[in-house]
Amino acid sequence: MQLLHEPSPQMIKDEKVYAEMGLTDAEFEMVENILGRLPNYTEIGLFSVMWSEHCSYKNSKVILKKFPTTGEKVLQGPGEGAGIIDIGDEQAVVFKIESHNHPSAIEPYQGAATGVGGIIRDIFSMGARPVALMNSLRFGELTNSRVKYLFEEVVAGIAGYGNCIGIPTVGGEIQFDPCYEGNPLVNAMCVGLIDHKDIQKGQAKGVGNSVIYVGASTGRDGIHGATFASEELSEASEAKRPAVQVGDPFMEKLLLEACLEAIKNDALVGIQDMGAAGLTSSSAEMASKAGSGIEMDLDKVPQREKGMTAYEMMLSESQERMLLVVEKGREQEMIEIFERWGLEAVVVGRVTDDKKLRLLHKGEVVADVPVDSLAEDAPVYHKPSAEPAYFRQFQNEEAFQPEVTNVSETLQQLLAQPTIASKEWVYDQYDYMVRTNTVVAPGSDAAVLRIRGTEKALAMTTDCNSRYIYLDPEVGGQIAIAEAARNLVCSGAKPLGVTDCLNYGNPEKPEIFWQLEKSADGLSEACRVLDTPVIGGNVSLYNETNGVAVYPTPVIGMVGLVEHVDHITKQQFQNEGDFIYVIGEAGNDFGGSELQKLQKGHISGKAPAIDLNVEKERQEKVLTAIQAGTVASAHDLAEGGFLVALAECTFGTGFGAKVTLRGEDVVKESFAETPSRYILTVTKEQKDQFEAIIPEAVCVGEVTKDANVIVNDKAGNVVLNTEVNQLEDTWRGAISCLLK
Amino acid sequence: MKFAVIVFPGSNCDLDMYHAVKDELGVEAEYVWHDETSLEGFDGVLLPGGFSYGDYLRTGAIARFSPIMDAVIKAAKEGKPVLGVCNGFQILLEAGLLPGAMRRNQNLKFICRPVQLVVENGETIFTKEYEQGKEITIPVAHGEGNYYCDDATLESLKANNQIVFSYKDDVNGSVNNIAGIINEAGNVLGMMPHPERAVDSLLGSDDGLTLFKSILSHWRERNAITS
Repeated sequence: MQLLHEPSPQMIKDEKVYAEMGLTDAEFEMVENILGRLPNYTEIGLFSVMWSEHCSYKNSKVILKKFPTTGEKVLQGPGEGAGIIDIGDEQAVVFKIESHNHPSAIEPYQGAATGVGGIIRDIFSMGARPVALMNSLRFGELTNSRVKYLFEEVVAGIAGYGNCIGIPTVGGEIQFDPCYEGNPLVNAMCVGLIDHKDIQKGQAKGVGNSVIYVGASTGRDGIHGATFASEELSEASEAKRPAVQVGDPFMEKLLLEACLEAIKNDALVGIQDMGAAGLTSSSAEMASKAGSGIEMDLDKVPQREKGMTAYEMMLSESQERMLLVVEKGREQEMIEIFERWGLEAVVVGRVTDDKKLRLLHKGEVVADVPVDSLAEDAPVYHKPSAEPAYFRQFQNEEAFQPEVTNVSETLQQLLAQPTIASKEWVYDQYDYMVRTNTVVAPGSDAAVLRIRGTEKALAMTTDCNSRYIYLDPEVGGQIAIAEAARNLVCSGAKPLGVTDCLNYGNPEKPEIFWQLEKSADGLSEACRVLDTPVIGGNVSLYNETNGVAVYPTPVIGMVGLVEHVDHITKQQFQNEGDFIYVIGEAGNDFGGSELQKLQKGHISGKAPAIDLNVEKERQEKVLTAIQAGTVASAHDLAEGGFLVALAECTFGTGFGAKVTLRGEDVVKESFAETPSRYILTVTKEQKDQFEAIIPEAVCVGEVTKDANVIVNDKAGNVVLNTEVNQLEDTWRGAISCLLK
Repeated sequence: MKFAVIVFPGSNCDLDMYHAVKDELGVEAEYVWHDETSLEGFDGVLLPGGFSYGDYLRTGAIARFSPIMDAVIKAAKEGKPVLGVCNGFQILLEAGLLPGAMRRNQNLKFICRPVQLVVENGETIFTKEYEQGKEITIPVAHGEGNYYCDDATLESLKANNQIVFSYKDDVNGSVNNIAGIINEAGNVLGMMPHPERAVDSLLGSDDGLTLFKSILSHWRERNAITS
């Protein structure tokens, strides 16, 4: 039966209906060849969404192959809901980051909220208990009223979902830059813990086994969300608001608890989240991975609205739904678990052996498509790549020299930059303590959570200075991985692995594809050197508004293991009289710096150079020093350079600092953003032991009881003498001040 | 002593409450599902925080109709200690076990941070191990913790010494900076701050443990007398 308002197969071809769904003529021809006939409306819908960039990675697959994805501790690499790394004692950590950029640009609260909901489902569909949420956000400048609205609503959406479901949002990072004005980035990361024996796979194994639909009913929301995510934003995007889903964290809390109960039952064969492309991707991927087929009767799918078509049900991205494959004859055991949590669980189909996804609706076969063609056979494109003109120009540009007449004034200005300023306004809205494991709360280099019942802890961070990546994608990519790892090391953790969220512009433009390629080279190289394999992630392309791309922004989510809670180290100074050490010398690195942006209004030039071997050696030494108990506080030097980092170490402690700059050039020593550098403090008693471990660390001063930051140049002249309070007020109040 | 930790759909601090009494205080605790009808065999009742039923209506407004609530009210009438924290406090207000109501925080945003509380009444069964007037650090995490009551109620709360904790500095706009109140009989305490999140100095504070110790020592004294 052909529904009246759906175009016939011939019309789909003649009037190129597929083009509106994002398929090219060549792709439509491929579909025709696969089926040996013309696809009907439902079928072409299945292909268009499964072959979208969001689901198939057709444009980025060649890039993703560059990443190192294996390691002796990697239990699950890319390809499942989330990657898994062994942490010993039969336990493992599960984590993944994902973007929800386009929905958040259109409907910021729900866009961000459902981004959080989706990533949580990816974690518990692996069988893991989600223990922490992180995020990475990018907005335009806070001087624009639309940006303020997006920022406030995105934060509220993240808070609304995470707080209600009861998973702590323990950290993240935010940068502000004009390139994100129309296309904010909202990346959410979830970290889970699992016992090895509970690891689940999204596979539809065992012919005759039942396919069970659980959770919220299917509505008309989010239809073609994945397709929408795979095109540029424009003024017309506002009309796509219905493609944004609405989140229900209460429903997801019930779903989470019920699923974690279900995985303890051996009747469960496979489980997968209905995320992007909903029922289509979950069924096709589970069958494809198992080498089987699935037949579903769509009349049985719980529906929120009357008269839904097969097309609408299959493409809906209604939230809080999962697809389960359960041993034949034991369906009732599963249904009872979900009923106890007040959730619907309905047998909607069965596993078949013909490797087809066959859909029945009102007694008719409405789709009959090979599962592999949906899940595996999307075309792979190697887009043309071309070095952008700006890159050559930046490489040849003379190094930027900032003009600083008053160190104190410049420091105050830097601390007031929203990218550097305290993010308390944000994390004050996140419940970062629920489940009572958060040892290091937001506001330090990384968040740290204890693992209950052990002496171990997990450290986690998200990082990406996209300015460096814009200036030089390869070097910038290396810096991003190195900084994430350094943040974990400063917290007392050994970095374990990476999940990345690759946010770029339109890959069909050769200059954008070049950014993608080069930055992937840089990221990969750093991952290899620092032994942090990429175990999963997400690609978000087409981040452009009216033709202007965001900076290339590969957000790095990294997780590390703290062997003993005694090793947990914070960035804040701990004791009066402790010696302040600096590791690493300042170079003349102002390309892409916060100070350059502040003084020039934009960035240009070369990104700071980084030597990955030096980076690795310093990380190892710092971690050894921390594990030996010789380090009282540790902080990495990042945006704003040494003085910003030094000031941050004093905030909230009641202590001050008195230091002497090492080199002749005060501006360079104070504000350069040279990578691979640290500020560590060491008690008097630990001095000798510490210096034996890191002989190249230079003592530059000490922590003082008086809450002043006093900085002398090499000759002994005072270049800065300011009350901590004054600096801290500027830093703490900057964001709320901009929002007024 | 044996505590019941009530679990509503959407409770999310049940685990923290359970660990606080079981691991840190070292007494028995059991989760009790919202659709149970009896609390026989329990010596104290803990209503944890969270978003019961999603709190899509007024906070706590649906949870108070859960089957277990009749048993909670019965336990309260029998004089057993009943502690409601955050959403638990909101449920106690909706159930009429405590006077007043909650409004959204004055800044209309969720607030999560450690705050300074003042122990206004150190004589209750929940606070007798604290020094009267002591300042303690306990975290808050709520969107609707702006306590409100009319003047007459406030006067009677004051007159009966029912204000147990107040915020040292205004946090959410609560009347009189009220953070926690007790019923007239002295066995039902509702508070917005989370003592169960402050039982281990590794996480920043163990000032909340004293509250649970107070309940236990009261129970021990009482049991010593009756047995």
